[in-house]
Amino acid sequence: MTAIEAPQALEFECETGNYHTFCPISCVAWLYQKIEDSFFLVIGTKTCGYFLQNAMGVMIFAEPRYAMAELEEGDISAQLNDYEELKRLCVQIKRDRNPSVIVWIGTCTTEIIKMDLEGLAPRLEAEIGIPIVTARANGLDYAFTQGEDTVLAAMVHKCPSQAPVKEGEKEERNAISKLLNFGRKKEDVAAEESEYVDHPPLVLFGSMPDPVVTNLTLELKKQGIKVSGWLPAKRYTELPVLEEGYYVSGVNPFLSRTATTLMRRRKCKLIGSPFPIGPDGTRAWIEKICSVFGIEPKGLDEREAQIWASLEDYIKLIRGKSVFFMGDNLLEISLARFLIRCGMSCPEIGIPYMDKRYQAAELSLLEKTCQEMGVPNPRIIEKPDNYNQIQRIYELKPDLVITGMAHANPLEARGINTKWSVEFTFAQIHGFTNARDILELATRPLRRNSSLKDLGWDKLVKEEAKV
Amino acid sequence: MKLAYWMYAGPAHIGTLRVASSFKNVHAIMHAPLGDDYFNVMRSMLERERNYTPVTASIVDRNVLARGSQEKVVDNITRKDKEEHPDLIVLTPTCTSSILQEDLKNFVERAQIEAKADVILADVNHYRANELQAADRTLDQIVQYYIEKARKKGELPEGKTEKPSVNIIGISTLGFHNHHDCTELKRLMADLGIEVNEVIPEGASVNNLKNLPRAWFNLVPYREIGMISARYLEEQFGMPFVDITPMGVVETARCIRKMQQIINAQGGNVDYEEFIQNQTLYVSQAAWFSRSIDCQNLTGKKAVVFGDNTHAAAMTKILAREMGIHVVLAGTYCKYDADWFREQVSEYCDEVLISDDNGAIGDAIARIEPSAIFGTQMERHVGKRLDIPCGVIAAPIHIQNFPLGYKPFMGYEGTNQLADLVYNSFTLGMEDHLLEIFGGHDTKEVITKGISAGSDLGWNKEAQGELNKVPGFVRGKVKRNTEKFARERGFSEITLEVMYAAKESVGA
Repeated sequence: MTAIEAPQALEFECETGNYHTFCPISCVAWLYQKIEDSFFLVIGTKTCGYFLQNAMGVMIFAEPRYAMAELEEGDISAQLNDYEELKRLCVQIKRDRNPSVIVWIGTCTTEIIKMDLEGLAPRLEAEIGIPIVTARANGLDYAFTQGEDTVLAAMVHKCPSQAPVKEGEKEERNAISKLLNFGRKKEDVAAEESEYVDHPPLVLFGSMPDPVVTNLTLELKKQGIKVSGWLPAKRYTELPVLEEGYYVSGVNPFLSRTATTLMRRRKCKLIGSPFPIGPDGTRAWIEKICSVFGIEPKGLDEREAQIWASLEDYIKLIRGKSVFFMGDNLLEISLARFLIRCGMSCPEIGIPYMDKRYQAAELSLLEKTCQEMGVPNPRIIEKPDNYNQIQRIYELKPDLVITGMAHANPLEARGINTKWSVEFTFAQIHGFTNARDILELATRPLRRNSSLKDLGWDKLVKEEAKV
Repeated sequence: MKLAYWMYAGPAHIGTLRVASSFKNVHAIMHAPLGDDYFNVMRSMLERERNYTPVTASIVDRNVLARGSQEKVVDNITRKDKEEHPDLIVLTPTCTSSILQEDLKNFVERAQIEAKADVILADVNHYRANELQAADRTLDQIVQYYIEKARKKGELPEGKTEKPSVNIIGISTLGFHNHHDCTELKRLMADLGIEVNEVIPEGASVNNLKNLPRAWFNLVPYREIGMISARYLEEQFGMPFVDITPMGVVETARCIRKMQQIINAQGGNVDYEEFIQNQTLYVSQAAWFSRSIDCQNLTGKKAVVFGDNTHAAAMTKILAREMGIHVVLAGTYCKYDADWFREQVSEYCDEVLISDDNGAIGDAIARIEPSAIFGTQMERHVGKRLDIPCGVIAAPIHIQNFPLGYKPFMGYEGTNQLADLVYNSFTLGMEDHLLEIFGGHDTKEVITKGISAGSDLGWNKEAQGELNKVPGFVRGKVKRNTEKFARERGFSEITLEVMYAAKESVGA
């Protein structure tokens, strides 16, 4: 475990927690698309359903593999039997969709009425013959992207603990790679093996769109590092093998429960590194993995320099400007670190929850970046208070505020540039290749507003009367 | 438990928030877990609201679960009171807080001692009321609160306004085209010489609610929101109300005649007949449209209507009575008020469907194969899948249903807008069919590498005849699949045999 104490120089504060964010059940939106043979059943009320329906917009019409198990008054007052009700619904899902796994998402309501989902799942699983994963992604405990964390932490338990060995060709070593190379000719596999350095198996965790998976996998391959598996994989049936002593690395900052579960329950070794967001982050991530495996990284200097050079047209738009993170998705530290490296200053980073251990390496890279770029350390505000933040925004007049949709339009109407934070969750932002996409997002309001600037339409609300 | 993919009406607290945030200077505090303030996103996005939505949450987290909210709710109320100086703070329970069974009433009383604002608890049962019912109740609750308050202080104004006047009740934020309807209704009242006394809740100040009884009567344009308040005011002050939705030419006239009757009963002396006549025949275009040959082409075309009570009922009557369209099925998701709907539409359609299950409506549409659908965003998507055009007439809605341009559904301008909506839906449908029947420039699916596939493939007479028997909405697909099959196999002419072979091979 890489438990580094958080650097002293960074200031951490904690406010009231009155902030806007998405409910963590929103993770079904991207996870059902990522895990193609899954079905997500959100056990909650109309409130949960209404949120998902509206937050996912048009996706809802594409026959999603998710549904609500909408609790009615009889469920709340325990007049109906939870087991029988869930069985009825899951049998129907099995009949209509035949998924390889059903993921139950527990909500605030199931927490409050203490519905024993973890207890019911194994019984029902045995009875209907479909694996059931239970994740408590509720708004009582978690914010937005932490929903994915709870689902992946639950999936860790379902990962096979031993690589299955194929009948007839019982080679002792590298069984996993064979699994991954299933269906390919033996000679091809053998030839490919030689491209990799001999290192203990590495499994990456965090849900990424497939192009990003390929991209990061290839990036490590250039260093001779082989990715034995991803949690989650494209299909539930392809979950990676996790044996004691395997190395694991997180690609997103909000996966601390998953990391803990991998270490404690599966005895994996966590490589604590900055996250591969931005060319600086990607490089630090690769270097850290290389150093753990005793590999001398090759060509990273040139690779990083080349990416920075290609970003110059965007960077000159934001260099010397300031950015304020209101905080809602836990990507804030990594994004701020990257934007500071791009030449921005950052007075405040709001963040829902700060795991100083899991993010230790990212935090120290942030601090180092601030020093090297000669800007003051940001205040890191955990559980921020949106009302107070808005007062600070009025005072500081930052050039860009990264915020949720609830505040974006009102701030724009008051002449403050905003970028909707949720887009960073859905865009492809990882690896060298996608650094441009982050800047495309971050500079968009500045580019748009600079084309409007001569029109004198900055402030579109009448001065509020001071009481 | 119910397996649900989609819901037509939102949860109760959304209704309460819609009403609370429609008023000026009213702040709602939700007793809710993190993430339940999604209402703010919807208001900010859909309505493109420039101001902060006056809704905050008093967060229910693990600590609250373990120890109760204790001071938290009271602190949040008094804090908001100091920060924003609202006239009224509405404490809004959510599904979560309703199972916690905390004594919110008590929090309200305690907060009231310190707060300058009035503080009330929205009295809505989350598991029994939906968004619309809750909005109706909350509006009534606020109206009653301020009428009672004024009565206690002896501030209720005496008597009526000098000229005939009206309160328009039920215009709210996130309501379907509510802002435009409101403008149109005000214009209509001005044309009729009726003063608008108060419009609630949108844009109203709670301090003016005591003036409601000064109006001669109330107008409740939407069936879903405002009825309870109108009945309360009738009971308390003998104020009559008009609950005829002025949507469509006939209903608008009916609504105006009812207002005339009410005004004259109170000693007014108005005759609106000439106005109605003039508007109907020469000003609004809808009556003339009904007579024109364009509309003749729509005669007997099949349509399905689905939505909330107000819009689905009005639309059904307009289609059937004013345009001669055959409404095969009219439906509503307002199950709690189904009798009213049945009574309104029964004589204008073949079937009535009362359901909030989008699958049931989708199946009905597929079975009926109408030429056009008038429904919610959900029906629009069903239409997309089945290749049937759809005009959106009711919530749930997306951002495109909050147009910047002036698009009322009510009053005489509303009749014009509706005529356009209906006509455009059907013409597009016709155009589509004509293209398919005559094998026009269909480039939906590229069959060959180039765009100009030409017509090197001939359909012989029998095959063409067979193709024409295929129902319109799948005909295009059958045609494309058959041609693709023929091209791949190198057939130069499509015969019945080729057609069936294609069907067998791809299930076209």
